[in-house]
Order: sequence, then C-alpha cells, then structure tokens
Amino acid sequence: MKKFLPLVLLAVLAVLPLLGLSTYLLHILILTIMWSVIGMAWNLLGGYCGQVSFGHAAFFGIGAYTAGILYSKVGISAWWGIPLSILVVTIFALIIGFICLRLRGPFFALGTLAVGVILRVLAENLTGLTDGNLGIMIRERTWVGKTWYFYIILALATLAFILVKKVIESKLGYYFVAIREDQDAAESLGIDTTYYKTIALCLSAVMTGLAGAFYTSYMGYIDPKVVFALHDISIVAIMVVMVGGVATYWGPVLGSVIMVLLAEGIRSIPRLGAAHHTFFGILLIIIIIFMPNGLTGDISKIKRLFRIGKNV
Amino acid sequence: MTSVQIEVLLQTVISGIFLGGLYALLGIGMTLIMGVMKIINLAHGELMMVGMYIAYALFSFFHIDPYLSIFIAAPALFLLGVMLQKFLINPVLTVESILPENQVILTVGIGMVLSNLATIFFTSDYRSTPVEYATKAWYISDFWKGSPIELSISFAWSVSFFFAVLITALLWFFLAKTDMGKSIRATAQDTDAALLMGVNVKKMRIITFGLGAALVGAAGCLFIPIYYLYPDLGGQFTLIAFVITILGGLGSTVGAIVGGLILGLFESLTATYIGMGWAPIGRFVIFIAALIFIPGGIVSLLKKQRFG
Repeated sequence: MKKFLPLVLLAVLAVLPLLGLSTYLLHILILTIMWSVIGMAWNLLGGYCGQVSFGHAAFFGIGAYTAGILYSKVGISAWWGIPLSILVVTIFALIIGFICLRLRGPFFALGTLAVGVILRVLAENLTGLTDGNLGIMIRERTWVGKTWYFYIILALATLAFILVKKVIESKLGYYFVAIREDQDAAESLGIDTTYYKTIALCLSAVMTGLAGAFYTSYMGYIDPKVVFALHDISIVAIMVVMVGGVATYWGPVLGSVIMVLLAEGIRSIPRLGAAHHTFFGILLIIIIIFMPNGLTGDISKIKRLFRIGKNV
Repeated sequence: MTSVQIEVLLQTVISGIFLGGLYALLGIGMTLIMGVMKIINLAHGELMMVGMYIAYALFSFFHIDPYLSIFIAAPALFLLGVMLQKFLINPVLTVESILPENQVILTVGIGMVLSNLATIFFTSDYRSTPVEYATKAWYISDFWKGSPIELSISFAWSVSFFFAVLITALLWFFLAKTDMGKSIRATAQDTDAALLMGVNVKKMRIITFGLGAALVGAAGCLFIPIYYLYPDLGGQFTLIAFVITILGGLGSTVGAIVGGLILGLFESLTATYIGMGWAPIGRFVIFIAALIFIPGGIVSLLKKQRFG
C-alpha cells in the first residue's frame, strides 16, 4: 500500500481540477504544490546534505527573472524561462557555491543570506535589464483559467519528487548524508566534499529556479522585493521543511500544505492579517524547541505524546 | 585634484569614519555573542530596531532626548536579551536534531516576531525623532578663519560618534579589567577550560547575550537622531553586523572595531562616487573579498605581523 501512495496521491491530484473546483481553491492548490517543489529543493541541500541555506530566494528570483527578462527584453513567451532557467540558475549556483561553500555550518547559512540580498539589490539597481523596482509585468496571460497552470506545476513537482528520490537512493544520497553527519570524516573517507556539496547546491538551485520561472508565468508580475524576499521566500522555504520534516520525502509536501493553509487562514482573519509573520515566527520557535525534526521526522514523539494522553 | 574634489573626498572620509564608529558598536555586540556562545544571532538588527523604537517612543511621548534614552533602552534590551537567552536559546542548545543550525533558525524566528510586532504597534510608517540639533553642523571655518577648504561636520553625527567611542572604551575596560569581563573572555576562549577554572559558564552566556543586546540597543539610540526608522530595518543591520564580524575575524573585539571602520569608509565612498543605491553592494563586495582573501579576518593578519 505504502508503495502506491505517491501514485494514488498523484491520481487524486490529477483528477481534482476536473471536479470543477473554484478558482480560489485551485490557486491555493497551485501555491501549495509550488511551495512543495521549493521545499523539496531546500530539503535536498539542507536536510540531506546539511547545508542550511538562508538564500533560496536567490535561486527563486533568478528563475523568475530569467523568465521575466525573456518576455520583456527578448520578446518571447515567458514559458521559455522554464528550460532556460535550468542553465542560468546552474551558472549562478556554481558561482555562489564557489564563494559560499568554503563556509561551514552557520556561516554558510549567512553567506547564502547575503547572496540573496546582493541579488535583490542588483535587481533593484540594474534598471536596464530588470526595470528595477517597477518589476516586470507579463501582459498576455497564456490561459484565463488555472487548470493548465495546475497541471504544469503538478508535472514539475512530480519530476522534482522523482529526482530527489532517485538522488537520495543512489550513491550520491549516501555521500550527502555522510557530509551532513560529519564533513571531516566524509573527507577522510575519500569523499570530495566540495564537489558533492556543489552538486547538491546545483540540483537544489535548479529545482527552486524552475519554481521561480513558473511563478513568473503564473502570477504575471514580478518585482525584486517579491521574488528575492528574505522572509517571504527564503525563510518560508526553511519553514516548509522544518514544519513538515527534515530529510524526509514527504516532509516538504506536508509542510507546504500546512504553511500555505496557515498563511491563507491567518490573512483571511480581519485585523490579525498583518500579524502573519508573528505567527510564523512563533510556530518556527515552537517547532525548533519541541519538534526539531518536523512533523514527519518526529512522528514517534507525537505518537508517544498521544499515548501518554490516553493513559492519563 | 581641485580643492572642491578634495573637499568632497575629505567630507566622504569623515562621514565614513563616523558611520564606521557606529557600525563598530553593532559589530562588537554580534562578535561577543558569537565568541562566547558560538551561535550567530540573526535577530541582532531586530534588537537594534527595538532599541530605536524605545528611543522613538520616549521622544514622542515624554520628549526625552534620544541620547538620554540610552540609559533606558540599553538596560531594557539587556533584560530582553537575558530572557531570550534563558527561555528560548538555552533550551534549544540541548535539543537533539538532524540539523545543527537550529539556533540560527531560532534567532530568525525571534527576529521575525520582533519586527512584525513593531509593525503592529507602530505601523510600518517611516519614523524619525525631529530633534532641534538634527540639522546643526560645525564648520571648519568657524575654528580656522583662513582655512583653504571648507568642511562641515554634522552635530548629531559627531555626538553619536563620541558616544560610540565612549561606550566602546567602557566595554574595553569592562572586558579587560573586571573579573566578570575576564570570565566572559575565558568562556569565549575555551568553554571547558573556563568551566574547570570555576567560571559559571551558563551565567556568562546569559550575561553575554544581554550585553550584546544592550550594546545594540545603545547603538539604536545613537542611530535614531541621524537615521529614519521602520519595522523592517533590522534585517539590513543584521547583515552589516555579520559582514563586520567576518571582516574583522570571528569573536574578536578589535577586529570588529577595525572592520566597522573599514565598512563605514567603504560604504561612504561607494555612496559618493558610484551612487546611493550601490552602497549595499559595496558592503557585500567587501564581504566576499574578505571570505576569499582573508578568511580569518583582519585579526589573523595582525597576528601574523606580530609573530611572523
């Protein structure tokens, strides 16, 4: 049964738009799936390889701007951004990796955070290329309804899921985990840690960039403050994984469901809507103190908690 | 160079040094916490933002001068820092998890809550404290009649710089001469050895976090007469503090002072000669250059000089 769970879930999701869901519900679903792609990407680098990145907005933004610039400057459809962003994001990931991967642990985290901010400032100031703070607007939407967008992001998510699973089950995955557990020990066993960390970074960056390129086509508008946002992209990417479960296949999926629903839920409450960062922050603090491995990772802990509750 | 160009250059250098003095204060707080606790406090800028809002509130409700509110904001931030360390960060240090960077993510969470609470209480409008001396300045021709060049020095900037130097000196005295300061430095050097020598490491950690927060709160009070204030300003100052610590050398107070001055000068120069919007880029160029060329920070260069 467990073996077929992904297929069943995929089938259920594929049928959903045919049921005539409202546009809003479809929008929430699309956002959830997009976030689970970003979560899976972050999880590959942060959860499995142990390189906690605070700058995934950088890759998201590069993907988004690749698509946006193709539309506004080259004059072709923003959808070409999806294949092209793979190339562009890989180049950027190699450069960023060259600088940041010489840092370890928390310093890597801060290095990537700085990279995210640098790219935002660049996008704000290189007005010739990015139109600065005006942002890029995609004037013609490809489809009026959301059904096709849903299928495209679902396909991307499926590919991402398969990619992560294949990578983690291969030799590469074992190298990643070895690096996370003890980098010096991994190095002494003959693992070229820098090389494998760069691979993890590139894979993770490309997946995030794809989500970014999709975002441009789907939302139709990007600006530096939105796609390079620290709190709304980089930190939420971490939260999706932390809440769902670090280093698990289903953690990012579960996390993105919870985070998107939570964000939408809080925003819909009048007066409290502005406070959604407070709730996110408190949730993050609680998760880190009580369930540092997330809902899927600490499932035994939760079960134990309920058992105690029953006995009492 | 014509005399106008020299004037512009000198003016830029002076404002760079003033800015650097304030940055140094910011960096020292971060580097202290980093040295003693081995964690990076990503809520550092947000703590400064809290200090600035305290000064702002005191000014607008009770008309207390921002410089006087140091004496209220710094103790308040000390208490806040102690509580954060005691109730949030200490418990996490003992929790087992897959990712070792949990404390860093925790401080991000704290920062998010602080800046969002500030948005709720004070709205996201830009604020400032319109003190009457904000536009006052000193001119070099007031002191030296026949001066060939004319320089002006903002009154508020120079007072802030003076206070920053004073606080740094007091801190140096505290760390170098008092028992508690010595214990803090011992904890930073080697936690286990300090523990064996009878230093209450746990207490030192709590005090250090409080001290770092108090320093940054004081820096906030010095910044508010010359800067504007909005709830999201914390993030950029966290990054500045981090760049200073990387540039100066992790955990080194001297490094933080030198790093702060270099960063202030460099930012001021980029702002004058390249453009205001590019100043943040200058900051990160320094950051990346420091990572690639002097990974140990300026302190490692100084040490090499001494023993090499």
